[in-house]
Amino acid sequence: MEIKIEGLEAKIGDTPILRGVDLTMKSGEVHALMGPNGSGKSTLSNVVFGHPSYEVTGGRVLVDGEDILEMEPHERARLGLFLAFQYPVEISGVTVGRFLRRAVEIRFEGEKEVRTKGFLKDLREAMDFMEIDQQFINRYLNEGFSGGEKKRMEILQMLMLQPQFSILDETDSGLDIDALSVVARGVNKLRDQDFGALIITHYQRILDHIKPDYVHIMYQGRIVTSGGGELVTELEKSGYEWVREQYGREEEVHE
Amino acid sequence: MSNEAQTVHIDDYKFGFHYPDGSVFKTRKGLDEEVVKAISSHKQEPDWMLQYRLQALKVFREKQMPNWGGDLSDIDFENIYYYAKPSEGQSRTWDDVPDDIKTTFDRIGIPEAERKYLAGVGAQYDSEMVYHNIQESVAKLGVLFTDPETAVREHPEIVKKYFGTVIPYSDNKFAALNSAAWSGGSFVYIPPGVKVDIPLQAYFRINSENFGQFERTLIIADEGSFVHYVEGCTAPVYTTDSLHSAVVEIIALPGSRVRYTTIQNWSSDVYNLVTKRAMAYENATVEWVDGNIGSKRTMKYPSIWLMGEGAHGEVLSIAFAGKGQEQDTGGKAVHCASNTSSVITSKSISKDGGTSSYRGQIKIEPDLHNVKSHVVCDALLIDEHSISNTYPYMDIQSDDVSMEHEARVSKISEEQLFYLMSRGMDEAEASMTIVNGFLDPLVKQLPMEYAVELNRLIELEMEGSVG
Repeated sequence: MEIKIEGLEAKIGDTPILRGVDLTMKSGEVHALMGPNGSGKSTLSNVVFGHPSYEVTGGRVLVDGEDILEMEPHERARLGLFLAFQYPVEISGVTVGRFLRRAVEIRFEGEKEVRTKGFLKDLREAMDFMEIDQQFINRYLNEGFSGGEKKRMEILQMLMLQPQFSILDETDSGLDIDALSVVARGVNKLRDQDFGALIITHYQRILDHIKPDYVHIMYQGRIVTSGGGELVTELEKSGYEWVREQYGREEEVHE
Repeated sequence: MSNEAQTVHIDDYKFGFHYPDGSVFKTRKGLDEEVVKAISSHKQEPDWMLQYRLQALKVFREKQMPNWGGDLSDIDFENIYYYAKPSEGQSRTWDDVPDDIKTTFDRIGIPEAERKYLAGVGAQYDSEMVYHNIQESVAKLGVLFTDPETAVREHPEIVKKYFGTVIPYSDNKFAALNSAAWSGGSFVYIPPGVKVDIPLQAYFRINSENFGQFERTLIIADEGSFVHYVEGCTAPVYTTDSLHSAVVEIIALPGSRVRYTTIQNWSSDVYNLVTKRAMAYENATVEWVDGNIGSKRTMKYPSIWLMGEGAHGEVLSIAFAGKGQEQDTGGKAVHCASNTSSVITSKSISKDGGTSSYRGQIKIEPDLHNVKSHVVCDALLIDEHSISNTYPYMDIQSDDVSMEHEARVSKISEEQLFYLMSRGMDEAEASMTIVNGFLDPLVKQLPMEYAVELNRLIELEMEGSVG
């Protein structure tokens, strides 16, 4: 799968957030998207998935050559895209088991028989792998979960749905080091030629566990520079001040 | 049966089918002494029941319409048939049931349900029981499960002792109306110590245009007994307003437990005005599970009078108000003894401009100790123009009381929809998933086939609400 974002612009209300994002990613690659708070990283993930609060004002998002911006969120998901939420919402009364069974059914619709047959066994294995207690199968989705449990639940869903490309929106925020390594383990498990990921993060520490092939830095609604792992080291040394000084646009520096 | 009826498919009927009116006997429109006498004589009732009906008729005429709750000014009492009898006599087996009636039942799935789950089915088609079957094991325990007409003839000593004692005809206008015109319903008596482990089920349907259905149910659970009574209704769609006004009385004698489950799905022109009340004596437990879907206007507040120490009462109320509908539902608990407890849980859903109102009352008499009451009202609004109201009334005259009331109104949020859609569900399925989740804690309490039916009914109601 190839995702090609071209000149993407979007706003929420009257506030422009994305001001021309260009980014090309493929299955088999892991990208990291870094940048200071408010640079538009989470907005990018929401816009790629079609969140109704954002209005796209320019550009395209092509998945294998097809523009997905007119598609409903569920149609985008059915292409094999996945979004691990920064703030997963609680769905009262819907158990993790029932919800995931349905999501797996939808994801593998053509091959339903095969994929849903060993569903419960697969789910239990994935839960063990993610160090999630099996009792969560019967709990209501995200209701009363701790921050760390919610994040692990996102990665569990990703393991079960086996997307071709996944966006992880600040999955590392608020996680202690143990939870972080479990989350990273989940991502690394899927890592192969048929799986790609965009890891959105403010900090470099998750990238110690998941080595990115490419690193992009976002600032003021644009990707201002891209490179390899050396960019992470640079950020570690100089912080985001360096980004602001080098790439900040005059008219926006003081906002 | 006409060809037209045969071509109706289960998926498009949405409970709108009905068969040619094959009533064998029908009174003229309106209710007066002559009509009441005709009903009574047609049922070959003893004089004491006729006198009871006539007294009730007087009260019905004197009583004012309720001046609270929904607007009932459209009801034209003179334009309603109060009694119709669809077929001759009672049928014991399925083969004896007339074909068009059987077809109607087939569509709701009664015989299949019976094979799988039911102990006895008392299905009411218009006014009379046409199909009544108590599984032998239940009858052997001494359980009486019959229609009230039979009970009046065969068990007058029990009927006389309890009929109208929980809900006298003086209670309200619609209780008086029912007491004058009642027809059909169920009569259940569980002997001391008998625990009926399979739900007793009755299915009700209205199928005569402009015909008001006034069924009457009386359940007596003798000391230390247990019964779960289940009743469900669907009604076909008519252009003029129908009236359903039932009275249900439960007497739970010391140490007994009665659970009463109703799922009602009246068509959108039916006024559903029902009085349900239970008396729970020492250490008795009464539980009402009350699901209201459909109807034009429902006013229904299952009540429990906690008469003896250690009595416990629960009301679980589920309401779904769609376009043009008003569900005014809730529950009542009246604590008349110390060491009693009550729980009222209400879940309502409003969509397409529908109105759901919770109306509940907790009353605690003076000089009582250790009384507990807990009320939870949850409302879910599907869209901007639907309405939810809460009217809790409390009258607490003792000090040693623990009283809690929680009320929440939520709207299906964009974030929830987006989350579920990001996992591949389309918008309709995502909404339905949230609604089902909202009801899940209550649906879990229903017998399995009712849980399935409730989900199916709500799915039908939700259809077309999205996109």
